[in-house]
Amino acid sequence: MTTAPALSVDGLSVEFRTRSGIVRALDNVSFTVAKGETIALVGESGSGKSVTAYAVMGILDPAGSVTAGRAMLGDLDLLSAKPKELAAVRGRSIAMIFQNPRTALNPIRPVGRQIADVLIRHGNVSRRAAPAHAVEMLRAVGITDPARRAKAYPFEMSGGMCQRVMIAIALAAKPSLLIADEPTTGLDVTTQAVIMDLINDLAKELGMATIFITHDLALAGQRSARIVVMHAGHVVENAPTDDLFTNPRHPYTAELIAATPDSAQSLDELAAIPGSLPDLRRADLPPCRYSERCPRKLAACAQPLPQAMPGATHIVACWNPLPERNVSAPTVSAA
Amino acid sequence: MTALLEVAEVSRRFSVTGGPGLLARFRRRLSGGPENLPKVYAVDEVSFTVGKGETVGLVGESGCGKSTLVRALTRLIDVTIGSVKLGSRELSLKPARVFARDRDRARIQMVFQDAGESINPRFTAYAAIADPLRRLRKLRGKALKERVETVANQCGLPLQLLTRFPHQLSGGQRARVGIARAIAVEPDLLVLDEPTAALDVSVQVVILQLLQRLKREFGMSYLFVSHDLSVVRLLCDRVLVMYLGKIVESGPAAEVFEHPLHPYTQALVAAVPHLHENGSERLRLSGEPRSPIDPDPNVCRFYGRCPRGADACKTEMPALRSFGNRQVACHFAEEFLPQASIPS
Repeated sequence: MTTAPALSVDGLSVEFRTRSGIVRALDNVSFTVAKGETIALVGESGSGKSVTAYAVMGILDPAGSVTAGRAMLGDLDLLSAKPKELAAVRGRSIAMIFQNPRTALNPIRPVGRQIADVLIRHGNVSRRAAPAHAVEMLRAVGITDPARRAKAYPFEMSGGMCQRVMIAIALAAKPSLLIADEPTTGLDVTTQAVIMDLINDLAKELGMATIFITHDLALAGQRSARIVVMHAGHVVENAPTDDLFTNPRHPYTAELIAATPDSAQSLDELAAIPGSLPDLRRADLPPCRYSERCPRKLAACAQPLPQAMPGATHIVACWNPLPERNVSAPTVSAA
Repeated sequence: MTALLEVAEVSRRFSVTGGPGLLARFRRRLSGGPENLPKVYAVDEVSFTVGKGETVGLVGESGCGKSTLVRALTRLIDVTIGSVKLGSRELSLKPARVFARDRDRARIQMVFQDAGESINPRFTAYAAIADPLRRLRKLRGKALKERVETVANQCGLPLQLLTRFPHQLSGGQRARVGIARAIAVEPDLLVLDEPTAALDVSVQVVILQLLQRLKREFGMSYLFVSHDLSVVRLLCDRVLVMYLGKIVESGPAAEVFEHPLHPYTQALVAAVPHLHENGSERLRLSGEPRSPIDPDPNVCRFYGRCPRGADACKTEMPALRSFGNRQVACHFAEEFLPQASIPS
């Protein structure tokens, strides 16, 4: 992909001030999303996936602050933009789907009105035409009987339908970048498949770049072209999906794949990841935040992490990565 | 395998009262008694058995009645009609309130979904594990302390954590407390309601392996409720698939996931994402489930969402039929059968 990226995050660091000390939640996070591309941010809870999204959207908790880095959306640096500039792009060129639709939607406003609000504010739709447009949006996200549903409140709808409404709101102004933060957590697998199809199809239709945040490696693999693996606020590996699964280089990625239930035939084959996330408040955090759990630790791991080669497609932040396997083996297609 | 738990024709219905409003009250008055109110058929004539030492998985989407079924057979709520037998003992006769002090209460225990929510926040880990031992085993003093420490050890919970409150424990540690509390009274049947749903994969592995080890050590039977099919596949011998209050398919876990016979199971299996597979065109369910309120007894519950649906499906409810060691409730199960006979 040679076109200019839809979003390029460079050296993003975020800190949270808490009573028990400063939590260095993100450290030097970099990745890019090309136009029309879907990438996944994957990691366990506490790895900084959502904080990354919130920082990019400019909706960090007041206790958090961006200490370094840039997030370029076209020519605009989202991290240093003034509130007015941010307000102009948020909802219009960059939109977000939140994890829990029931808490993200306004409980005392009919869903049709909530979609209309976005259309009026960001979608160049007149106040009079907005309700009809909102009904069309509901139809587009696959809600049956949209005219009646537009008058419903969020509590009258199932989780899957609420998530469709969230998607309709996010896509109302046809953004160029969509951030989906665990859009299907808490939904059934059947609903999950339908919602993910919907996001994928609409993204394709609108030529939208998508950042898909999930803890489910299998789901990320199925839905994205590239996977960014995060651990304790670091990007540990960033590679094309097939490459990442057949040829994981970072020890953490390999362990994460081995711990995914889908990868094993019996429970005994599954391997747990030893240790736990380091306390991000510590002053003596090692440069590689995985090194204390890592089976491949070397003396070199005490140095600052290696810098990514410019132009590399498979980026690993590790001094002693797993050996590169012969990539001659054909990638497994859907059986 | 001798059956430990026998569930026969169990139904649980809830009356739809319409809430507290004046209009609803008026309607209730007019309807002439609670039996005339519309009913939610949460669990509808469900029968199955759990063998001694067997792990049975129960899968289905949210709202299909998994939790109601599980709560009915752990005797936390009463069944509307039907029988729940544990060994030779019929459990459904005593009201749930009375059963709480029954001597067989200890034989069925439950591990709840989110240990952070289901452990009393004002109980330390020690108090949480000791509580059922005090009530059901009447243990006191030294004997109690010894038993709590033994179970904590078995569940891999460091003893110094026993003085902590739930909010001071990590998710995995809390899950261990939840499991320790349930197995403390040495149950024959352990019902696990999505015990790993709130955990990260790395912790999930440890908890699943712990459950498997405990099962081997103590010979318990498990009823494992989950909607994560890849976990069910690894842990369970047999699986029951539920849809809108009915069991639509059952059989050995490996076979059911390899060659699902019921269209719903097929959609369910197709929806599970796999590591080495990029999103291809697969079977998708459209629409929402039918209403569980006073469903038409002659219409298949899956009709309307089913890709195979035909006229027969709205005139006759398919019964659960046996095919070898499997059972399927679909008029057209035979169509999918030839695949199943191909050795995998």
